[in-house]
Amino acid sequence: MSTEQTALPADNFFNQGGKGLMSWLTTTDHKRIGLLYMYSIAIFFSVAVILGLLMRLELIAPGKTIMEASTYNKTFTLHGVIMIFLFIIPGIPAVFGNFFVPLLMGADDVAFPRLNLMSWYLYIIGAAIALSTLVFGEGSADTGWTFYAPYSVKTGTNVSTSVFAAFVLGFSSILTGLNFLTTIHRMRAPGMGWFDMPLYLWSTYATSWIQILATPIIGITLLMIIAERALGVGLFDPSLGGDPILYQHLFWIYSHPAVYIMILPAMGVVSEIIPVFSRRRMFGYKAIAFSSLAIAFVGYLVWGHHMFTSGMSGPARIIFSILTFLVAIPSAIKVFNWLATLNKGSIDLQPPLLYSLGFIFLFLIGGLTGLVNGALATNTHIHDTAFIVGHFHYVMFGGTGFGFFAAMHYWFPKMYGRMYNIKRATRAFWVTFIGFNILYFPMFILGLEGMPRRYYDYLPEFQGWQVVSTVGSWILVTGLIMMFVNIIRGARKGKPAGDDPWNGYTMEWETSSPPPLENFHQAPVFKKPTYED
Amino acid sequence: MFSNASSFVEGVDIAFFIIIGISLVFLVGITAAMIYFVIKYNKKRHPKAEPTKDNFQLEIFWTVIPTLLVLGMFYYGWVGYRPMRIIPKNAIPVKVTAKMWSWSFEYENGKWDSLLIVPVNKPVKLELFSPDVLHSLYIPAFRVKEDVVPGIANVMWFKAQKEGTYNILCAEYCGQRHSYMLSKVKVLSQKEYEKWYNAKDTLAEKMMPGEILMKKQACIACHSTDGSKLVGPSFKGLYGSKVTVLVNGEKKEIIADDEYIKNSILDPNSEVVEGFPQGIMTNYSGQISEDEIKQFIEYIKTLKDD
Repeated sequence: MSTEQTALPADNFFNQGGKGLMSWLTTTDHKRIGLLYMYSIAIFFSVAVILGLLMRLELIAPGKTIMEASTYNKTFTLHGVIMIFLFIIPGIPAVFGNFFVPLLMGADDVAFPRLNLMSWYLYIIGAAIALSTLVFGEGSADTGWTFYAPYSVKTGTNVSTSVFAAFVLGFSSILTGLNFLTTIHRMRAPGMGWFDMPLYLWSTYATSWIQILATPIIGITLLMIIAERALGVGLFDPSLGGDPILYQHLFWIYSHPAVYIMILPAMGVVSEIIPVFSRRRMFGYKAIAFSSLAIAFVGYLVWGHHMFTSGMSGPARIIFSILTFLVAIPSAIKVFNWLATLNKGSIDLQPPLLYSLGFIFLFLIGGLTGLVNGALATNTHIHDTAFIVGHFHYVMFGGTGFGFFAAMHYWFPKMYGRMYNIKRATRAFWVTFIGFNILYFPMFILGLEGMPRRYYDYLPEFQGWQVVSTVGSWILVTGLIMMFVNIIRGARKGKPAGDDPWNGYTMEWETSSPPPLENFHQAPVFKKPTYED
Repeated sequence: MFSNASSFVEGVDIAFFIIIGISLVFLVGITAAMIYFVIKYNKKRHPKAEPTKDNFQLEIFWTVIPTLLVLGMFYYGWVGYRPMRIIPKNAIPVKVTAKMWSWSFEYENGKWDSLLIVPVNKPVKLELFSPDVLHSLYIPAFRVKEDVVPGIANVMWFKAQKEGTYNILCAEYCGQRHSYMLSKVKVLSQKEYEKWYNAKDTLAEKMMPGEILMKKQACIACHSTDGSKLVGPSFKGLYGSKVTVLVNGEKKEIIADDEYIKNSILDPNSEVVEGFPQGIMTNYSGQISEDEIKQFIEYIKTLKDD
């Protein structure tokens, strides 16, 4: 702790710019918008976690346990839609990107503050439309979050509304990307060159490009589904003269790059945290910066690995397989550089670092099992099985989710000016981490044994690992509750943290905590950090 | 060491062992290094960090080595996969129809079954056909899977190497009863297979033509014949009963007569029984002849209430 404070500074953004709900709903302050996102995302995340818990409970025994097959199918669809479109894609960029992109570069706000507020409203409208399917119409969609045609064209459930929600949310994502891209290009503090940027900005930069370039494709594709359902235009349904494989191509041309929209910001967070808690400069700064761009670029060209068994031509399968393996390399480079930064550092194992190391371990398992998916022979066996479900939960939840938690514990004292209870945060980490592995690791085994995904019921021989997995879900949720209670208590009653509790190297720690309305008391000038304590 | 239930198992499992083996080395190595650093360079033991010196050679080293390793993995993945795409000319063709939510298998001589029956050590070619939505034929023990795509003639093949019975599962989500879209593949000795293949169809003697059709067309995947409620209404006691249907959103009471049953097959969504979902049933016009509809009706007439 560099300074001992007894009270928060009076000129912070919670006090400035008005009080009361209306001042928040009309704010253009990037910090308040970041918090608006955080509170809304927390609500949707909790809903989807509860849906996940119910699914796990249903699967504890073969046959009907607590719900009907049709309910189960709607549950996993809504769980996926909320987690993907309302939590993981916006997650880190919308919350921590909004709050910290300007702070990390010494700017007073993002480039387009009003557009920023509009993105949040689009997000809320999209979310409201998605959840309205629970109450109105023929019931929420039962297609899986992938909305595969022709089932999504034929089913009687409310697919059009869910798809339209994803369409609206796409615009929120595009506008956020556009905003960050302009901000990074135009608003860096005097003296901050491209290669002086904190690595989180590099990962945000790469992410923003994907958001802008790939999201319109899913927008158009989803509109095509609505046109097919409402107007009978034959695009994907063969009985109307359409091509179901075309849908899969269009869907994955967005949705695979979207995986990198999800994971790159988390990698950026980890690249901020590791140097601070090892007390040394990041090893291979440029390698990490360029590997983000490489992931964004190669990530565009690998979508076909979702379709190896769809009847794609032989050469296409081979090309997509080889490209898929190549996209693994930049991720490997990042892991090695993180590891080399820890080596010979002076390591302080605080909760942010703990979550970052948890991220590395879980992301490794997620990434390495991705190699199994990328190889043609093994893909044939595990495609569309529980193995895939395990794999993407390790990458998305173990990776992006733990990255989100790491960012939350790292930047929390800057956001609220207070500190959470460190011991409780550490305890919550271990419960979450252990629960996570008990929940998701059995899915690899189930998948290898031949248990397909999206199965409401299963053959009795699969039950053993299903039970283990369900028990894991209870432990995981216990950990999450411990974590959130600690964070909420910290925000309300924690000790004032001071401006720079972690001895950070980046510019956000130069201003007071919580920062004042326009971030810095004097217009900051970038100075290269010295990395000497 | 390999089960070798089919000729692909060895190639696929070798790829598994190579990829998972290399991955484990990395996972254990990196995790151990992480724990070691956190303990050895803990700030209590190591209060002053050493300054970072970038090492370009090291960056090259840990870029090139993983590149070579993943290219090796790609290679073994391809080697294990290639035979799956080279279909022997003498393979026995079987037409597979995947429908919401059942499998049916038809042989060259017109023989039909809901189980896939094949001889051991002979290549079998499956021609995949779906009239409704995506399905995926998955036989875990054989390490094979291929999507059944409506409108596209996908093909897969395998050579079973051990007699026995193995699971067939639908791997591509296809709606409400996806997880019940199961069947079995029975691998028989050549002699038993020929006996089965050449036996006169005993079904025709035991069952009414309408009943056989109902199995072939997978009607019974959604409509029970014993009164239990599945996705659609049961056929039991249907004929001549009063049903409440929705026509363009309006309730209407009608008698289930010949005309109603015929209309329900050819244009199923015009009159949907109250309480059942709209738009689920495939339109069968063009797939079923007038005669066959008559056979259906004759059979449904026999399914009386107790």
